[in-house]
Order: sequence, then structure tokens, then C-alpha cells
Amino acid sequence: MSFNIENIPHYNEIHAAHGTYNENDIPAKRTATLVERQRNQNKVLPSLEDAIRFTGLKDGMTISFHHHFRNGDYVINMVMDVIARMGFKNLVLAASSLTDIHEPLIEHIRNGVITHIETSGLRGKLADEISHGLMDFPVVFRSHGGRAAAIETNELHIDIAFLGAPSCDPYGNANGYNRDDDTGSCCGSLGYAKLDAIKADKCIIITDHIVPFPNAPFGIPESQVDCVVKVDSVGDPKGIMSGATRYTKNPKELLIAKTAADVIEASGYFYDGFSMQMGSGGASLATARYLRDKMIQKNIKCRFALGGITGQIVSMHEEGLVQKILDVQSFDLIAANSLKNNRFHQQIDASYYASYVNRGSAVNQLDFVILSALEIDTDFNVNVLTGSDGIIRGAIGGHPDTAAGASLSVVVAPLLRGRIPCVVDKVNTIVTPGRTVDVVVTDQGVAVNPARPEIKQRLIDAGIQVFTIEQLKERAERIVGVPEPIQYTDKIVGVVMYRNNTVIDVIRQVKETTL
Amino acid sequence: MQIVTMGVAGTMESSDIIVRIEPNDKQEINLTIESTVMQQFGKQIDRVIRKTLEDLGVTSAIVSVVDKGALDCTIAARVSCAAYRAAQRSDYVWNGGTR
Amino acid sequence: MSRLRRSMLFVPGNNPGMIRDAHIYGSDSIMFDLEDSVSINEKDAARYLVYKALTSLKYGKKELVVRINALDTRLGIDDLEAIVRAQPHVIRLPKTETAQDVIDCEREIERIEREIGMPVGTTGMMAAIESAKGVLNAYDIARSSKRLIGIALGAEDYVTDLKTTRSPEGIELLFARSMIVNAARAAGIAALDTVYSDVNNEEGFRAEAELIKKLGFDGKSVINPRQIQPLHDVFNPSEKDIAKALAIMEAIKEAESRGSGVISLNGKMIDKPVVERARYMLERAEAAATIPIEEV
Repeated sequence: MSFNIENIPHYNEIHAAHGTYNENDIPAKRTATLVERQRNQNKVLPSLEDAIRFTGLKDGMTISFHHHFRNGDYVINMVMDVIARMGFKNLVLAASSLTDIHEPLIEHIRNGVITHIETSGLRGKLADEISHGLMDFPVVFRSHGGRAAAIETNELHIDIAFLGAPSCDPYGNANGYNRDDDTGSCCGSLGYAKLDAIKADKCIIITDHIVPFPNAPFGIPESQVDCVVKVDSVGDPKGIMSGATRYTKNPKELLIAKTAADVIEASGYFYDGFSMQMGSGGASLATARYLRDKMIQKNIKCRFALGGITGQIVSMHEEGLVQKILDVQSFDLIAANSLKNNRFHQQIDASYYASYVNRGSAVNQLDFVILSALEIDTDFNVNVLTGSDGIIRGAIGGHPDTAAGASLSVVVAPLLRGRIPCVVDKVNTIVTPGRTVDVVVTDQGVAVNPARPEIKQRLIDAGIQVFTIEQLKERAERIVGVPEPIQYTDKIVGVVMYRNNTVIDVIRQVKETTL
Repeated sequence: MQIVTMGVAGTMESSDIIVRIEPNDKQEINLTIESTVMQQFGKQIDRVIRKTLEDLGVTSAIVSVVDKGALDCTIAARVSCAAYRAAQRSDYVWNGGTR
Repeated sequence: MSRLRRSMLFVPGNNPGMIRDAHIYGSDSIMFDLEDSVSINEKDAARYLVYKALTSLKYGKKELVVRINALDTRLGIDDLEAIVRAQPHVIRLPKTETAQDVIDCEREIERIEREIGMPVGTTGMMAAIESAKGVLNAYDIARSSKRLIGIALGAEDYVTDLKTTRSPEGIELLFARSMIVNAARAAGIAALDTVYSDVNNEEGFRAEAELIKKLGFDGKSVINPRQIQPLHDVFNPSEKDIAKALAIMEAIKEAESRGSGVISLNGKMIDKPVVERARYMLERAEAAATIPIEEV
């Protein structure tokens, strides 16, 4: 050695300096080929059980999952069955969302394997049981943005993320679409999984399709992945997504969509270079079709479309009507393929999409968003979480995030669903506060939030008839009568967080009623 | 109106109600209701059915309905139709409109 | 202002959901059907449903029409007994072949009106012509009753009677359409066209709407709410039409202020039919522009 580190001036002040180089610390030169290495030195573990042991799961830990496989998801049930078999208890299940297919979780809750759930939504039998008091710890419902914020601030600390991926290489580069020659599962964007991979202490990729390194472009990079497990199937392709989202043929939804498009056109936010998001739901998706005609007619273009992306948005992109797509979740195969093939179709994560604590999220650049609703009340509060019978049957999604971020939020709903009015005095559950909701469009009239008189005036000037929200409510009641309020017990079964993770409402256990 | 056989009217479609009326040994209306909107409109459905039967002069019947969110006027129409069918009569009484 | 009858939405009489929502789609008229869309075993059920709907639901200012069953069976009379009492604006008689069919129906309506103390003549009528014989008798039918507000073509039965089928271009209906529109105009009542059944063929529907408008019809029956807007788009005067009509009205005013009987616009003399068309055009435009979502 020609030097002694002791003699280096200010050595102690140099960051990341770990002493003198020592040849014995350096691994031996590797001489295997890429192909051999992938075979022999990789992160693939033989089973879920091995991966769970390897990542060090303990009782009481928090595990996370994503919902990109929607109702075709096999991952959550598969992982939970193994975890239960291994005897773990008292776990926190923090999924980006849960749906009908996750009914088997009921048993794991009963057996004490899961004691606390965080999710955007719940549906089906699981939702029903929870509404009827299955859990002692109330389910914590967060919006996509609120969950992202909770994770990135480490307030919601994930110990192990179990992330399903339609394809992955032996080192963990994972994505949602790279399936060139087979018809297996495909989900497009991995937006809700990306943040979990970054922030979780340990990250396991679960895939049914191992491809050669490097699986680029990837949604999740190997640098964030601890191990990979290959299983027979991560999901049912039919339940994950349809080939193409079809426009609704329901005349009522089309009527609502057309009115919503007319409202957008008149609102002042439909100009060359605007930005938009369409929520899921027949009427909000169909609005795109009418907007497309108006864009062509007026020769204006959309700068970017955000959010859950459908084939319709993709075809507008390919026609040159939508310049860029920011995709946190792909709704159909056309969207998934576009993510792979179209350069300006960008995959984004949940934080970039909607978090309020990061350095900037895309919802804040929205001109308008079209959102669905189960109920809207006369204060413009919106419920997308509990049905008219008080039972949980929905998901918050990005509803409050986009309503808050967009300069104009338009909520679309039929005035009536069967005999149930959708415009009511008080929503069963407040998910999105009325102060962020600007226009309500129903099949039987439009109402504008009094906080936005300029919007009201623009609609009137364009010949759109505007009612008060109270008029819409009365109109509904004149047709169906006044419904009796739902009876609840005192027990709180769900806590609804606003996007800044303050409690905006609670969900109580429904009372069994007899006539 | 005497119920002499089983009469059924309506469908299981959304916004409809299927009404089944049968003879009853007892001099009473035995009514069972199943409804998708039981919590919000159960009492109202019960009222409309009983009132419609009363107006038709039906005092003894076993009535069971499965409701899919029908409006009051639909409930009254289906109950009336089922009652006439169950009474095997066609001497309908139309009280006239209010338009 | 004359009533617009661009669109008459066809609503199956035994479908409570459609009956409840019939008013939301913006059609000028709603036609509740007790005839072909209702199976023979459900005639009583549909009659009850339509009767109860008409007597309890509010449909704003929409023209309400009920298509009854033909009077050659007991069903037609049973329908009238209920429906006249429910007081729709118009009763539509199907399969009208002769003036006598209308007169027979009118007699029953009048009897019921008297029975319930309703002013005789309150109930309007419409006759659907659906056979070769009916088409040849179109003018006699059109002037057979003061209650008639219009006559309509029912094409499905008509083409069967002709021993042909419906084509996309509708050449087989040309004679019937021309007869009906001519008869209606001669009698001073409305002429209404048949339905277009391929709801997914938007282009075909639009072409047919253009055709019947050109022939002179007031409007058309529609079987799906999705057809209403395109139909109105065809029937509503264009901005160009309105501008031209307004210019003509200006020219009239100007001629009047000069005390001249000769009206001219851009060097061309304007005669009476042109003025009349301009008036009619503006009336339509105004009617179309001022249709609010009614308070119910």
C-alpha cells in the first residue's frame, strides 16, 4: 500500500468510505454465460412456502397485494392459504383493493390469520360478512391516493409485498403484459403494485410466466425484488380483463353520457390541449365516445388522458386525438397492448397518480374527470362504497383524488336505480366530499354545485337546463316515494379515510330487519 | 272477490314484481313479501298490496310476492291482475283517470 | 304552435321499467303498446299496467298514445274500456283497413266517454294502416273522424300483405308512404312513418329518416330510445334553414313597411308558398328549441 488512509485529509468527513480495499473481500470472478447464470444463480424459489420463510414473515406483520387481476385474481387466496397452513396469525392485509373472488378470506378472518384489512373496496360475500360484523377491527378504506400517501410516508408500513405479475425474469423484473406468444394472464399497467415494491421491506414476485432476463420494459425492476415464485396460474384471464371494453348500449347510460359530454363542452374546460379522466362505469366510459365526436368537430386535441385506461382512450390516442396516456391501471387487452406498443402510453404508479404528499401527482393536472356514483346527496357528497341497503359493495378507487385534483368534476348517475333514488338527502357513506364535486348529471336533469356559479351560467348559456340538486332529489321521490332510512347498530365495521388520511366517515353494521 | 284458484301476474325483471294469489282456508290475507328494497320500501309495498286487495274486495287469500323494485302503480297493477286471474273473472272495474 | 310529432317512442305495455322511464328520452310522443309487443296470455296484465301508469305517473307535456288491440276480438273493446278512462291523448287503432274501422272504434270511445261523463270528443285517435287495402283507402280513413290526429304506416304487416319484404332502401314502401302522406295532408292531419327495426344500423336509420322527411312525413315511430336524437337531428331545421327563413321574414317586414305587395329577397321574388314554408320552418325550430325537461 502506497498510502495510509489515516493520512488522507478529512478522511473522516468523506461519506460512504468503508476503509482500505482488500482483495479478499471481492467475490471470485464469474465465468458462467448469461444463460447458465439465469439457470443457476437466480432469485427463483421453489415454492410460496420457501419465499415466505425466506422473507421472514412473522405473526402480526403487514402484507400487501395489488388488484390488477381484478375478479380473476388467484394470488391473494393462494398466498393466504399457504400462510394459514404455515400457522401465522394476526396479520394485517393491506391490499390495493379486494373483490368478489376474495370470499375465502372470510375463513382466514374467522381463524385469526387476518385481523385487520386495509383496502380501497370490498365486494361480494366478504363485503357482506364484514358489513354484518365479521371483524372486530374495522376495515380501513383508503383512496388510491390516500393509500399511496400512507405507504410512502411509512405510516402504513408493509413488511412483505406479494405481487402477482403476468411475466417476470429470474431476477424479478416484472411486468403486466409481456406475453408475446401465449394467451395467458395479462393486466397491463402494474401501477398499484409499483409503490408496494419500492416501499415494502421484502418483495416477492409471483408469476406463472418466467421469461429470459431482462424482461424489459418492466413495471417493477429487479432492484426492488427479493425473490420470485413460479406458480401454475396467477389468475383467470377472463376475470382479469376483457378483450375490449365495449361501449354501453343501455339507452339510459347513453343519455347520461351524452348529457355529460354536452356539459363538458359548455363548461369552459374543453379546449385545445385539455386533460381528462373517465371513471369506470358504463355512462362515464361512454362519455368518451361523445367527446371524441366533439373533438373532431371542433378540431381540438387532448393533451393527456389519465387513470384507468380503456381501448377507447387508446383508439383516440392512435387517431391522434389524445397525445399522451398516463396509465395506472389498464382496463382491457387493447389498453394493455397499447402500453407495450405505444411510446407515449406511460405506466405510472399510484403515488404519481394521486398521492397528496409527494412532489406532484397527475390528478392535479386534470381539467375534468367524469365519475360514477352510487348516491349523491343534496350537499353534493358522493358515496361509491355502500349500497342503498347500507352493505359494502364498492371501492373508493381514485374517486376523491380525482374529484379534488380536477378543475371540474362531473358525477354521473341514473336518477333512479330500480326503486332506489340516487340523489338523496344524506348519502349512506361519504367518500368524496361535496366541496370537490362540481356537476351532477342524471338522466333526468343536471345540477351544479352552488359553489360554481360560473359553471352554472356557462351551461345555461349553452342551452343546458340546470336544476338544483334539491329539485333532482324531489323529482326522484315523486316517482318512487320516500325510502325509509337504513337501520344500523352502533358497531363500526369500516373507517373511510379521505385522501389526506383523515376520517371522513364510518360504516356501521347493518341491523337485521324484519317487516 | 272470491279467490278460487292460483293466479300469478308479473315478472322477475328489474322494476317489476311477481304476485301469486291463492285461496286461503282462513278469512284473512296471508301476505309474504320478498323484495330487493325491503329495508327502504317494505312497509310501503305491504300497504299498497293490502289496499289494492281491499279495493277489489279480496278478504281471504294467500299472497306471496317477489319484488324487484316495482313502483306503487306497478304493484297495484300486478296485484289486481293476479286477483282477477285467481278469481277467474274478467268483469274489470276501471275507476278512471286523474289526468 | 302545432305539436311536434317527430318521434313516437314505442313502449311495450307489459314492461314496467320502460313504462317508468319512457319520458326521459325526449321523444315528442310516447306510445304504450297493448298489441303486438304483448303476448296473448299477458293482454290483461299489460292493460292493467298501462292503465295504472297513465293514472298515476306523470309524463309532463308529452303526447301519450296507447295502441290497443284490433276491435275484431274482445280484446280491443276491453282495452278501450280501460284506456279511455285512463285518458291518454290519443288511442291508436291498429290494422285499419276502411273508414268503417275508425267509425266503429269511435262509436265505442264515444259510448265510454258518455258513460263516465267525459266531454265527447276528448279522446284523440290515430289510425295505423298496415295492409294493401288500407293504403288504397288512406284518404277515406284519414277523413273518417274528427278525432283523428294522424295516420301512420305499419310496414311489417304491409310488406307481408304485398308479398314482399323490407329492403334497406325501402323502395317497396314508396307507394304506401306517398299515399299516406298525401291522404294525411289532404285531410289536414299528421303523417307518421313506420319503425326501423335494426337499432344497431345508425346509418340506415338516418337515411330512412332523411327519406321520410323529404316525402313530407311529420315523424316516425321509434323502437329504441337511441333512435330519438338522430331522428330529431334530421327533422330539426338546420341553422342555414333558419337563417334563410328569418331573412324571408325580414323581407316581408321590409315590403310591408314600403307598403309594397311584392316581396323580394336577393333580387328573387318570394311567393306565398315560400313564405308559408319559412313560417312553418320557424315554428318547428322554435318548438324544437323550447322543449324543456318537464317538471313531473
